[in-house]
Amino acid sequence: MLEYIKNVWLGFWTVIVGMKITFTHLFEKKVTVQYPDDRYPIPPNARNKLHLEPTLCNGCTSCARICPVNCIKVETLRVVPDDPEQPMIADGTKRKLWVPVYDIDFAKCCFCGLCTTVCPTFAIKHTVEFEYSTYSRDDLYVRFSDMSPEKVAEKKKMLEEFQAKEKAAKAEAARKAAEEKSKAEAQAKAESSPVTESKESN
Amino acid sequence: METTNFVYNLIPNETIAIIVISVIPLIFLIVYALLAILGELKISAWIQERLGPMRTGPWGILQPIAEVVKLIQKEDLTPDSANKPLFNLAPYIIFMGAYASFAVIPFSRYFVPSGINIGLFYIFAVGSIAVIGIVMGGWASNNKYSLLGAMRSVAQIISYEIPGAMAILSVAVLASSLDLEKINIAQEGGIWNWFIFGGQGSWSKIWVFPFTLVLSLIYLVASLAETNRTPFDIPEGESELVAGYHTEYSGMKFAMFFFAEYANMFVVAAVLTITFFGGWNSPFGNFMQGPGWDVFWFISKAFFFVILQIWLRWTLPRLRVDQLMYVGWKVLLPFSFICFLFISLFKMIN
Amino acid sequence: MGEKKRIELDYSKIESDRMRLNVGPQHPSTHGVLRLEVELDGEIVTEVVPHIGYLHRCFEKHAEKMTYPQVIPYIDRMDYVTSMNNELPYVMAIEKMLGIEVPEKVQYIRVIMCELNRIASHQIAVATFGLDAGAFTPFLYFFRDREYILAIFEKASGARLLFNYFWIGGLAADVHPTFKEDVLAIVKQVRKTNKEIEDLLIYNKIFIERTANVGILPPDVAINYACSGPVLRGSGVKFDLRKNEPYSIYDRFDFDIPVGMGEVGTVGDCWDRNIVRMREMEQSCRIIEQAIEQMPNEGDVQEKLPKKIKPPKGDIYMRAENPKGDLGFYIVSNGTDKPERVKARGTSFVNLSVLPEISKGYMFADLILILGSIDIVLGEVDR
Ligand code: SF4
Ligand code: SF4
Repeated sequence: MLEYIKNVWLGFWTVIVGMKITFTHLFEKKVTVQYPDDRYPIPPNARNKLHLEPTLCNGCTSCARICPVNCIKVETLRVVPDDPEQPMIADGTKRKLWVPVYDIDFAKCCFCGLCTTVCPTFAIKHTVEFEYSTYSRDDLYVRFSDMSPEKVAEKKKMLEEFQAKEKAAKAEAARKAAEEKSKAEAQAKAESSPVTESKESN
Repeated sequence: METTNFVYNLIPNETIAIIVISVIPLIFLIVYALLAILGELKISAWIQERLGPMRTGPWGILQPIAEVVKLIQKEDLTPDSANKPLFNLAPYIIFMGAYASFAVIPFSRYFVPSGINIGLFYIFAVGSIAVIGIVMGGWASNNKYSLLGAMRSVAQIISYEIPGAMAILSVAVLASSLDLEKINIAQEGGIWNWFIFGGQGSWSKIWVFPFTLVLSLIYLVASLAETNRTPFDIPEGESELVAGYHTEYSGMKFAMFFFAEYANMFVVAAVLTITFFGGWNSPFGNFMQGPGWDVFWFISKAFFFVILQIWLRWTLPRLRVDQLMYVGWKVLLPFSFICFLFISLFKMIN
Repeated sequence: MGEKKRIELDYSKIESDRMRLNVGPQHPSTHGVLRLEVELDGEIVTEVVPHIGYLHRCFEKHAEKMTYPQVIPYIDRMDYVTSMNNELPYVMAIEKMLGIEVPEKVQYIRVIMCELNRIASHQIAVATFGLDAGAFTPFLYFFRDREYILAIFEKASGARLLFNYFWIGGLAADVHPTFKEDVLAIVKQVRKTNKEIEDLLIYNKIFIERTANVGILPPDVAINYACSGPVLRGSGVKFDLRKNEPYSIYDRFDFDIPVGMGEVGTVGDCWDRNIVRMREMEQSCRIIEQAIEQMPNEGDVQEKLPKKIKPPKGDIYMRAENPKGDLGFYIVSNGTDKPERVKARGTSFVNLSVLPEISKGYMFADLILILGSIDIVLGEVDR
């Protein structure tokens, strides 16, 4: 019986206590942030949308290799030594590779931040921008390369010519080397032929 | 018809007058429901340190209207395997039950839609109609969650109605009447004469105060169960039953359920006001007393209890269905019996 | 109020139709995409079969194709509310294989972050448990506080939920300069809110009635099912890896292991599991305060490591106390930069397995509470 009275009293009293707490909260300062008008401060190191500085990227593809979800696609072209532009990377070193394709698929990106830490030139960085939702998933596929298609074609042609030239030079060199080699071999053969013959006869 | 209703005096044609009288509570109900929804949104938000709706109108005060418009626009779905007539009828039956109670609620001494002399009994009788609607809706939805909700509602009804009726009955004993107007008139003359303090009489009535206080609390708890609100929102029980008996409803029919819930809240708050808290009477005796003030006092008192229900809802967790029955049968009922006995005894001695 | 007894039904005597109900995968209280196949006799649960796998992402297979640092973002996504705690056993395992000792400062930051994350996770657990019982307001109070904790994580790591902050041999970045003050402010706030929630929810009579004597998990059953964390400790078993097998620098701190004592019901009921979480938050606060005091200000946060991390051939099993229990990683290395096998012992997965055992004979509304008291995260159950 005593237990019963105690329980009923507790049931009543704890409700009153609860109501007192909620009542005091009625007048407390509200924590809502009126989002598009007021904004929650985002720290500068926040990992949101990625941004690539094409003038800084040297095309080393480290970022594409470290990305756990393979959402970076990098394609490179070699810079020919006699390129009339003599391109430079924005940090002052000589550019060795063109980056005609640098795509990030933000639909896949998981914002892990690994790509930004491996980049030797700090070309790829997280920004604080997070409002980039789109109606189509294709719009999340962002192409960062600053090279126009014409330029890419030009550089490709240049590289091809250069490669052809190189190939020719190489072939020439190889031919020469082969000639030399065969000559040397023939000589060697001539010198060693008695031995082999004797071996064969055995 | 012998009545004090001012509409009959204004409009000579009785048919038109009756229509006007029955429409006035509906208009009041719509305005009240919008206000109560806004109150629910804002109070819950403030309790939880949020701001609540802020975009629709200044401080979001148009939010309830926006919600009603949204609900009206929504597609009105009827599940394929539902029992269609019952399914479609249920929300209106629930609403009818709530609305019918307004027939006897005395807003002012000059406006009682229908002054029948068994008003208290009538309110209790039509209040139970809502359960039929809930069972109909839950069963006809052909959904297991709805069915469970409906079953719980049936199990719940008797458990709270008896203690609630017991509490009200003791007021009937004090007032010697079931007529809501008479009960109101019996409490005239300031806060001291309200039934929570034992009605009109000498100082000796102080003895009933603890009992009337307990009875008013009992009625408050029972009324929470009647309106299916936390901590007794077991038929809805959103964490286990998704939405209980109205899981399958959408659009306007869902709005009807919603509307009925708020209407019911007002009805139980009104009954509490009338029976224990002086109804239309001003708490200051003759000061601020009059037909106009009647409406003001009545509605503001009732609204206070509506807000109390909202406040409780955002404070408490939900009981389990067997615990509700435990509370109904083993806590509220014995207490209401004891109080009822004492009050009757007091009435006999006086 | 009344004693709640487990209702035993003798079906040889009673003829009754039972109802099969699918709870989930879309249901407000299954805490994710879990499907429970429930057999009900009226309101009484006679059988529960959890169906899992809706969130399966092949974490273990993926890990075999990744280099060691690349696995960490995947580990974050296992139990996404306690990412810091998930990373810890994994990086400790690799560090042990490589035989490197991380700097002192890193150890302290790791402990502080883990404990903050433990608080955040327990806050969600208690909040959603209250929500299952129908109390909405405490839920939002907890979420308000959790927001402050996440703000610290964001300032330190740049992310709010999936941090990728613990790296092999150190941390991704140093903490911000105001770190210590921020953390101490949080600790104060957490204590204040917990006090309030205790009055508002935990010791509320309705809540006690709902949760006490419900879902009783006896200690022997808990051990047989390999339960861990608050689920095990709620049954009164004093086992916490931080104390029993101290890893990292947990042996330097003074803290208690709260266990369920059956204060309002039986040992091992839902209320006990819940109160263990509440009290662990306080213990975490104590650890954080001590760690902040001892933490060196200066120091490197990343050991020098070779560009390619290649642990020697061999295997290792490393476990740590997750907020939800005992999380372990079994890693087999074949000497290359990619693991041969990474097997995770998922805490939630193991704890969930006890649900059918302890929820029979209770009411349907209790089943939801029992599930809430086990505190699962489907991301880890399905992996
Ligand atoms: S942030 Fe991570 S997932 Fe996104 S591109 Fe960088 S490495 Fe890939
Ligand atoms: S962004 Fe950086 S890592 Fe990626 S290819 Fe460019 S330079 Fe290399």
